[in-house]
Amino acid sequence: MPTDTHLPRILVVDDEPAIRRFLKTALASGEFALSQAENGHTALATAVAVKPDIILLDLGLPDMDGVEVIKRIREWSQVPILVLSVRDRETDKVRALDSGADDYLTKPFGVGELLARIRVLLRRSLQQIPEPVYRIDDLEIDLARRLVLVRGEEVSLTPTEYDVLRLLVVNAGKVLTHRQILKEIWGAAYLEQPHILRVNISNLRHKLEKDASRPRCILTESGVGYRFKSVS
Amino acid sequence: MSMPQDEIRPSPETMLKVARAEEMGESRGRLKIFLGYAAGVGKTYAMLKAARQQKLEGRDVVAAYVESHGRAETDALLEGLEVIAKARHEHQGVLLPELDIDATLKRKAQIVLVDELAHTNVPGSRHEKRWQDIEELLAAGIHVYTTVNVQHFESLNDIVAQITGIVVRETVPDSMLDQAAEILLVDIPPEELLERLRQGKVYIPEQATLAAQKFFRPGNLIALRELSLRRTAAKVDDEMRTYMETRAIAGPWPVTERLLVCASGSPFSEKLIRTTRRLAEELKAEWFTVYIETPSLAKQQQENRERVWPDLRLAESLGAEVATITASSVPEAIIDYALRHNVTRIVVGKPNKSRWRELFHPPIVDQIIRLSGAIHVHVVSISGASVSPVSPVSRKFKAKRPVPWVEYLASLALVAVATLLSFLVEPFLSPANMVMIYLLAVVLAAARLGLKPAILTAALGVLAFDFFFVPPRGSLTVNDTEYLFTFFGLFIVGVVISTLVTKAGERAAVMRERELQTESLYYLSRDLATAVDMESIMAAVLKNISESLHAQLAVLIPQGEQMEISAISEGLFLDDKELAVADWSFRNRREAGVGTETLSSAELLYLPLHTSVCFLGVLGVKLENLAEYRSPHNRRLLEAFIIQISQAMERVLLARQAEHALVLQARESLERALLNSISHDLRTPLVSIIGALSSLRDEKLQINEARQQDLLTGAWDEAERLNRFVGNLLDMTRLEAGELKMEKIPGDVQDLIGCALAALDRKLEGREVKVTLAEETPLVSMDMVLMNQVLINLLDNALKYTPSGSSIEISAHLTARHLRIEVLDRGPGIPEKDLGRIFDKFYRLPVPEGVSGTGLGLSICKGIVEAHGGTIWAENRSGGGLRIAIHLPL
Repeated sequence: MPTDTHLPRILVVDDEPAIRRFLKTALASGEFALSQAENGHTALATAVAVKPDIILLDLGLPDMDGVEVIKRIREWSQVPILVLSVRDRETDKVRALDSGADDYLTKPFGVGELLARIRVLLRRSLQQIPEPVYRIDDLEIDLARRLVLVRGEEVSLTPTEYDVLRLLVVNAGKVLTHRQILKEIWGAAYLEQPHILRVNISNLRHKLEKDASRPRCILTESGVGYRFKSVS
Repeated sequence: MSMPQDEIRPSPETMLKVARAEEMGESRGRLKIFLGYAAGVGKTYAMLKAARQQKLEGRDVVAAYVESHGRAETDALLEGLEVIAKARHEHQGVLLPELDIDATLKRKAQIVLVDELAHTNVPGSRHEKRWQDIEELLAAGIHVYTTVNVQHFESLNDIVAQITGIVVRETVPDSMLDQAAEILLVDIPPEELLERLRQGKVYIPEQATLAAQKFFRPGNLIALRELSLRRTAAKVDDEMRTYMETRAIAGPWPVTERLLVCASGSPFSEKLIRTTRRLAEELKAEWFTVYIETPSLAKQQQENRERVWPDLRLAESLGAEVATITASSVPEAIIDYALRHNVTRIVVGKPNKSRWRELFHPPIVDQIIRLSGAIHVHVVSISGASVSPVSPVSRKFKAKRPVPWVEYLASLALVAVATLLSFLVEPFLSPANMVMIYLLAVVLAAARLGLKPAILTAALGVLAFDFFFVPPRGSLTVNDTEYLFTFFGLFIVGVVISTLVTKAGERAAVMRERELQTESLYYLSRDLATAVDMESIMAAVLKNISESLHAQLAVLIPQGEQMEISAISEGLFLDDKELAVADWSFRNRREAGVGTETLSSAELLYLPLHTSVCFLGVLGVKLENLAEYRSPHNRRLLEAFIIQISQAMERVLLARQAEHALVLQARESLERALLNSISHDLRTPLVSIIGALSSLRDEKLQINEARQQDLLTGAWDEAERLNRFVGNLLDMTRLEAGELKMEKIPGDVQDLIGCALAALDRKLEGREVKVTLAEETPLVSMDMVLMNQVLINLLDNALKYTPSGSSIEISAHLTARHLRIEVLDRGPGIPEKDLGRIFDKFYRLPVPEGVSGTGLGLSICKGIVEAHGGTIWAENRSGGGLRIAIHLPL
């Protein structure tokens, strides 16, 4: 359909017709162009044919594991993948994220939540180079000048703290698993030492957050990783 | 209901008898006996023909043991039948073929052929006799065809010996014949048999040629043939009676008779017992055999018991009820027993003692007849009875009593001393008073040395007194006849006193033995009464029984397919063979091992432990010597022990079952609660969701915007609640299935609290939440995800059960060994009595209107905290409100 060409294309992969119907209704506001696949192989073929802008993927597929689908897609594409699954155990989430998924939403979920996540992912993929200055509430991070200001006052961070903060901010709105952050900042040798990350996050919160016990910017995804609050 | 109708009904006892027989018949195999009167009449031939017929009719027939003796016709019949290989047992260097009972049992054929019912197995076989093998096959539900000659039956044994002059050693209890479902008489005229013998068609073992010549005389054969015909007729008659009885066909039923015979261990006992059995058979009577143990026999008790034991076993195998009684008078005990058991006839042997002995020992028969009253007394001639020689076994165990020379020497010495004393006092005493000194010697001898030495003392004393002191001195002639009276007095006093003393002593010995029995039973029962578990029962058994019997013991209890040793005396070891015997005893519910006829080469005697309802195990006993196993005293005591142990074991088992039932019941009620709760908690949210959706869907309802919003909010809340409940259920299930894997990593407590607060962000609106966290709280090892769940549940709980707007506090700090986290509210608190129960699954307090809980949240918290090795508890705060505290180990 020619009218759809300028709309973001969404590929929905789910074996449950009821859920596909629900997603079709929820996303059919004229904002997106929708394709559907009910198993892993069709999903891979459709992804090649349609070249979607975002993929909503169920992990429990009849023919192959969802994580396998993520890996196959990641072999040739960086398209944002949002995992939707009833598997609420953190190991499942971490496995999917570590394989290359961008975000994770546990069923059941509200449509508002789903649309917000989709928008964050679409924005991030469309705008590859992040803004040099990031503002949220009374926190200001100037990536170009390596400056962090809280209510206009400069906060001094250690080089590691800054690196962690920069990584989170660059990926704002997206969950980063512990392993992803550890690998990026400290290197593969530190993958099994999550406590150094915890200490740094704790320090960052004390320096940046109004109430470290109720953080507003650096959010914990329990058992999975961290997410920096998206600006939307 | 009129009387006449009642009368022609079979009595309940008869019906019970038939029912029992039918019941037995159902599970037991049927026995078919091919009965002949001599070797060569064609029993095996007839059996094989019948077997072939059965096979033709499609039944599964197997020859387990058939002896063809090389006869061609027999061999021909055997062809085409499946034959089980014979077992080979080595005996004195020769391999002897035997029935392979295990292979036969394993084969599980419908019909099994086993030749020679009366065969005696090679020592070391499982059973002493083949008929016991056949019993086992029948008990296993296998039909058995077997052959036997009439002279092998116990009750006919002595008659056959009388007729033929040959004592048949291989005997079969008559019960085998009685329980046979079918008896087929294999009969040919004696002339024909003799003709076959001449043609060499009859198999005779070489070593028995001479005996056979004696045996196969026309006179013998005719007599034996008559015996076999009569025996078969008797069996047919019996069947007819049973048939008529069950159908209440009136007939000349004899009144119920009960016979009693006394076993004494004398050579004639056996004949008496066999006679009584025949009489009982004819009268259709029950019969009893008693052995009276008298105190006067105490010294020879051991010897007597060994001799009487085979008699009692014989009586038992012939179907008598057997008892051993201890009493001082034989006739009185017999009459007493007879009266107590409603005995109608007593069978006694005619004595053949000489006249003059009868003068001193009035025959027991006379005493019995005098005391018998209404009871008939049958006096049986026992002269010319076939006296069976004492078996080698009992001869071996005959105790050797030392000859009491010492006692007689002592009595000699006593007389000498008395004489010396008399010389010393002679100047002061008249001879008549000197007798007193001798009297003293007699009394001493009677009291200390026994009857015979006392009589000797009396006689010697009289002689010495006469010789030394009665004029004329130095000779035995007596001038004064007055002294004759003195002698007589001395003699009588000696006899009377020694008899009294001996009697008293023997009675005391009997009493002591009885007392020991009672005592050991008492101690055992006392220990068993206090035993609450198997271990203490076993300890009590080992301690008490090994003490009272001087025995080593083992208790074996079935564990699945195998017998396991549950308790064993120190130093006793059971090898595989012993375990196999124990296993046999348990499976066949019969005693086995040493001292029995089954597997008697075992080292221990095995007795099954059972009550009327269940079989519990086996008691293995090792006594000091073989004679001990045969002692009726020991057997009685063991029987009493067995009953006590079995009851105690059953009690413990029942208690265990009851406990188990209680646990099951508790679990059941919990499951019921769970089901109720689940169905309620799953349905309730669906009610509002479906309700809201259906009203929104129905266009005719015309709901305005605000009402629509209301409905949607309600449905949304309920959907969330349902989601939460399902999540809780899943968590609970995982927790209980042990599927929640703890992944303890150093975690930031502040992060923990932050996560929980973030998760409840929306609900916490309008609430003051105070977080108290000690500065510089280090990382604490925990599963962050699970602990996060705990905190969320606790906060959720606090939100639900406290008035909106009231404050909630969270505090965390380190103690010496714990991280302590508290969630505090200012709600109504919880009644003290319920504080401990709020962590129970599905426990819910009466809740304020509109609050919906699952009853799972706190129990999930408890499960998770305890999985961390921590504790969680609740307490009411001073000033109102609830405090839930968690201790996590550092």
